Amino acid sequence: MTTSTIHDIGYRHYDGRRNGRAYVLRSLYVHNVRAAFGLGRPARAKVMPFLLAAIMLLPAAGSVAVVAVTDQADALMRYSSYATVLQVIIAIFLATQAPVLASRELRFHVVPLYFSRPVGHLDFVLAKVAAMTTALFALIAVPVTVLYVGGLVTKVPDSTAQLGRYLAALVGCALFAVVLASIGMVVAAFTPRRGFGVAAVIAVFMLSSTFVLIIQGIAEARTNFTLSGWVGLFAPFNLVDIVQVRLLGAEKSAVQVPPGVGGGVVALALCAAIVLGSIAVLYRRFRKAGLS
Amino acid sequence: MPIIATQGLTMRFPRVTALDDLSVAVEPGVVGLVGANGAGKSTLIKILLGLLPPSAGTATVLGLDIAREGVRIRESVGFMPEYDCLPPDVSATEFVVHMARMCGLPPTAARERAADTLRHVGLYEERYRPIGGYSTGMRQRVKLAQALVHDPKLVFLDEPTNGLDPAGRDEMLDLIRRIGAEFGISVLVTSHLLGELERVCDHVVIIDGGKLLRSQAVEAYTAASGVLTVEVDEGRDDLGRRLHDQGVSVRPEGRFLVIDIAGETTYDLIRDGVADLGLRLIRMEQRRHHIEEVFQAEPPQPQPPATQAPQAPQAPQAAPGPQQGAPR
Repeated sequence: MTTSTIHDIGYRHYDGRRNGRAYVLRSLYVHNVRAAFGLGRPARAKVMPFLLAAIMLLPAAGSVAVVAVTDQADALMRYSSYATVLQVIIAIFLATQAPVLASRELRFHVVPLYFSRPVGHLDFVLAKVAAMTTALFALIAVPVTVLYVGGLVTKVPDSTAQLGRYLAALVGCALFAVVLASIGMVVAAFTPRRGFGVAAVIAVFMLSSTFVLIIQGIAEARTNFTLSGWVGLFAPFNLVDIVQVRLLGAEKSAVQVPPGVGGGVVALALCAAIVLGSIAVLYRRFRKAGLS
Repeated sequence: MPIIATQGLTMRFPRVTALDDLSVAVEPGVVGLVGANGAGKSTLIKILLGLLPPSAGTATVLGLDIAREGVRIRESVGFMPEYDCLPPDVSATEFVVHMARMCGLPPTAARERAADTLRHVGLYEERYRPIGGYSTGMRQRVKLAQALVHDPKLVFLDEPTNGLDPAGRDEMLDLIRRIGAEFGISVLVTSHLLGELERVCDHVVIIDGGKLLRSQAVEAYTAASGVLTVEVDEGRDDLGRRLHDQGVSVRPEGRFLVIDIAGETTYDLIRDGVADLGLRLIRMEQRRHHIEEVFQAEPPQPQPPATQAPQAPQAPQAAPGPQQGAPR
């Protein structure tokens, strides 16, 4: 603590550097990534994201420990299945943190302050989606990296193939992150009350996956595996898993995936449509909020 | 060069016309924008920020065209909205630093400017606490600080005294006066209270129902009127009767006599009357106009017809009209 007197030195003009659009965009992105983990806000805002991140790490750490103790290489979890196995935790993270990024500034009418500054509407939306994507990617990719590094340390055989699978899984993680972030942000942006936002995001993920699982159950009971695979497009986690299986050479983690490379291309196109559509919807949402 | 100039600015929403053929130009300084709720003040600010394209007409802010150079305008202006626009769970420092960075200030400069600006608006140790626990007066100061943090050339202050108690109102008005005079930043401040703008503004623009009612320097509104107020200790009626008999237009008003000045002789007649009747003269002063008189249906003096709207202007608080629900 310093004891200081306040000297009135009068108003000083600022004639220093003013950075351009790239700096503003980067600052906005960093601000939102920090916000996604509750940084820069009170301690209670940090509890949920860090607790969930810790839970995400547990299975990876456990799996590596089992391999180290038992020396059973196949006890190591598959990298590409990590997101699917832990989809409930990921969905909860998204549900609690997407409203922080998407609707907090809408709720408190902060948005017009951005647009009365040299911040573009599209830049604003891209920074937010990119920040949520980064947060989710970190959430999923860090445990996957723990698995890989753990595998290296415990000398799991066939290291070249492991590296290939690990890199493919990272691409899969990025795709999971961007698709889930897009869906979560849109749902949260239209439910300005935080509690509703959390519930709405959870509902979207739970209902879609339950619905898809029921249809898949019926289809498989009737041995219609093609239908079962294609229905998988309608659940976000299943959708990305289709791309992982068909285009990235992973084993399937979802119940069923549609056949052939064609199925993967359709799934990837659907992912792209979801992301671009979400950005368009968010753009309109924030543009409107900037004028209120 | 005018800081703000509009030509035929019109803004129509599906159900209301918020601005109707508004042409006005104002010079640097503290400019008041007065109108009833829904008169189109907030809409005008949004248009001037380049956020809302007008239905018709053009405008320039700091010499920059709103349609083509919106980004450059937004780099050089600050905006304080009338509504609460602060997230409750961050500190004022954190928030203002972030807003400074959003204007392109590098991290160190953003922190320095935020600390300086918060001090100038009168927030000291409390600036490290979350905004959620602030009083209305402190919130208004944070809103003002975020508008000033990047050292703009012009700030738009939308109803800055809203919700403040009389002391807070006075402090805010002093601050606005200082922004114009000491900081050298031009100010466009809106209010629906004329009295407070009369105290801080160099120039006042009055709009009603989206139309320009009047735009002139404050001195012009408060110019000396052609009326004398005379106060005598006793014998007010005697003096009044005597002056009336001498052909002077005189009427009683409370303890005073209000006398129309017909020329230099009016002063002499009053002086002689007071002396002859042996009265004690307490006060004889030329009355000044108030901005409020613009809104009175019958102005006491004929007003310069320059920009007066054709319809009888209404009192600001009692002018609902169809524009009441103008979207913000």
